Amino acid sequence: MIQNILEISYLIASVTFIVGLKMMSNPKSARKGNLIAAAGMGIAIAGTIFLYENGEGLTTREPVKMIMIFSAIFVGTVIGWLTAKKVKMTKMPELVSMFNGMGGACAALIGLMEFQHNVGNTGPQMAVVLGMIIGSVSFSGSIFAFLKLNGTMNKPVRLPSYNILNAIILVGVLAFGAYMIFSGTDNSMLLYALFAAALIYGVLFVIPIGGADMPVVISLLNSFTGLAAAFGGFLYGNKVMLTGGILVGSAGTLLTIVMCKAMNRPLWNVIFGAFGSNGAVAGEGSSISGSIKDISVSDAAVLMAYSKKVIIVPGYGLAVAQAQHVIHELENILEEKGVEVKYAIHPVAGRMPGHMNVLLAESNVDYGKLVEMEEVNPEFSSTGVVLVVGANDVVNPAAKTDPASPIYGMPILEVENSEHILVNKRSMNAGYAGIENELFYNPKTSMLFGDAKDVLTKLVTELKSM
Amino acid sequence: MEVILDFIGTNREIIYFVILSIFVGIEIIGRVPTVLHTPLMSGANAIHGVVIVGAIIVMLDVDANNLGALVLGFIAVVLGTLNVVGGFVVTDRMLEMFKKKK
Repeated sequence: MIQNILEISYLIASVTFIVGLKMMSNPKSARKGNLIAAAGMGIAIAGTIFLYENGEGLTTREPVKMIMIFSAIFVGTVIGWLTAKKVKMTKMPELVSMFNGMGGACAALIGLMEFQHNVGNTGPQMAVVLGMIIGSVSFSGSIFAFLKLNGTMNKPVRLPSYNILNAIILVGVLAFGAYMIFSGTDNSMLLYALFAAALIYGVLFVIPIGGADMPVVISLLNSFTGLAAAFGGFLYGNKVMLTGGILVGSAGTLLTIVMCKAMNRPLWNVIFGAFGSNGAVAGEGSSISGSIKDISVSDAAVLMAYSKKVIIVPGYGLAVAQAQHVIHELENILEEKGVEVKYAIHPVAGRMPGHMNVLLAESNVDYGKLVEMEEVNPEFSSTGVVLVVGANDVVNPAAKTDPASPIYGMPILEVENSEHILVNKRSMNAGYAGIENELFYNPKTSMLFGDAKDVLTKLVTELKSM
Repeated sequence: MEVILDFIGTNREIIYFVILSIFVGIEIIGRVPTVLHTPLMSGANAIHGVVIVGAIIVMLDVDANNLGALVLGFIAVVLGTLNVVGGFVVTDRMLEMFKKKK
């Protein structure tokens, strides 16, 4: 009877996960969807705490255990809640990576603790060992992805023939894992060694990959953690862990593929990093002729105020400078002056697909003004001024014209078709991908050097006084 | 070979379950517009926090006198809760901003 109630609570939770994810596919219902999934999670957790029974009578509910469980949940809730509430919107990718790592670590710990109970049972032991390996890789990988996004460790670290080295370690970890599963050993020392090896593999997996590719890696690690949770579900015959884990596993994989598609690079290319090694050399080789033209803030203001349509191309530089509020102000002033303003959003603008939308939504930009790449590209030819703020690679014409460029083939925003292009950049440094941009040398382009927030504030002041 | 066939035989319900869930996951997520990908990733991240259920099961099944195991279980539950609570709260914060103005 009680077990049936628990199963029903798991069933409800599984359905809320599916419904919740489905509702997240529409901006109108997305928030409710998230809350529904959260409620389902609450039901599953409460059900487990009060109703779960292991078939062999191992389950006990001594006060000491219950107190520890509740205090653990309390501690996790307080820390998680505060971090999630306080973190800046620009730090979103880092935070997702961090929380993902926590889930991975949780799965790894479960594996470490369940190993002794399943010695000799090949099926369950397989779930234990695989869950532990994947959880550990996801944990250490996420932590290093976090450090990379954080800027603590921005440059790819490549050991000599790292691809071969990584492949050998991966095969080694898997072979070691297979030995642990099939030999029926109960040696804890070996288990810890495997745990350490998996952690090291996670680090080696992430460090050769450049910071710009981290969202793809995080998305992949996200699906890894899902998989680890699913193995936990298999171990306990727990349906809610299975549904949740597999849903995330397939979601993460699909998202990863979508992100790679937006960058026009196959996944293996991101993971094994052909990028930046031979690619950058080719980029440096093709020298760009022409000169760079500066423009004063007041001239830029005049140019914008007297054009019919202005399209703003926001990039990560805007996010870093925290300029999303100022840009909204700029938009309002231009609209007052009768200028039509739109935002052109490249699928990988910012550091994650949709990241830029979140940032602009934070500063109350009307959702309808954010136009996606396919829709906005034909509009550039009828646009007076394009204002590029802190974006680089997503407007680099080399993606269309130079087959030697590492970003060749990536769909870009065709800003060079408009009458004037204003580019705000901090300096002439190359973009995140480390390649030159011939757009800056285009006769129609004028550069506004400086911090995005400073420059935009000056533009706003200038426009107000006109 | 026999081991594998045996495995499939004893676990066929779960295997069906896994395959169907994969398709459900792909179907649901395939229709999400690009603009919602960051919140979706975050939401999915919160959902795999369901691994906390496993951590709680470990805690409930462990011997109450085994202090080492209790402490490890405690840490696992804390980490799982961080994943769940942090994930859902952050997703909510992101989605709050998508409210239509006017």
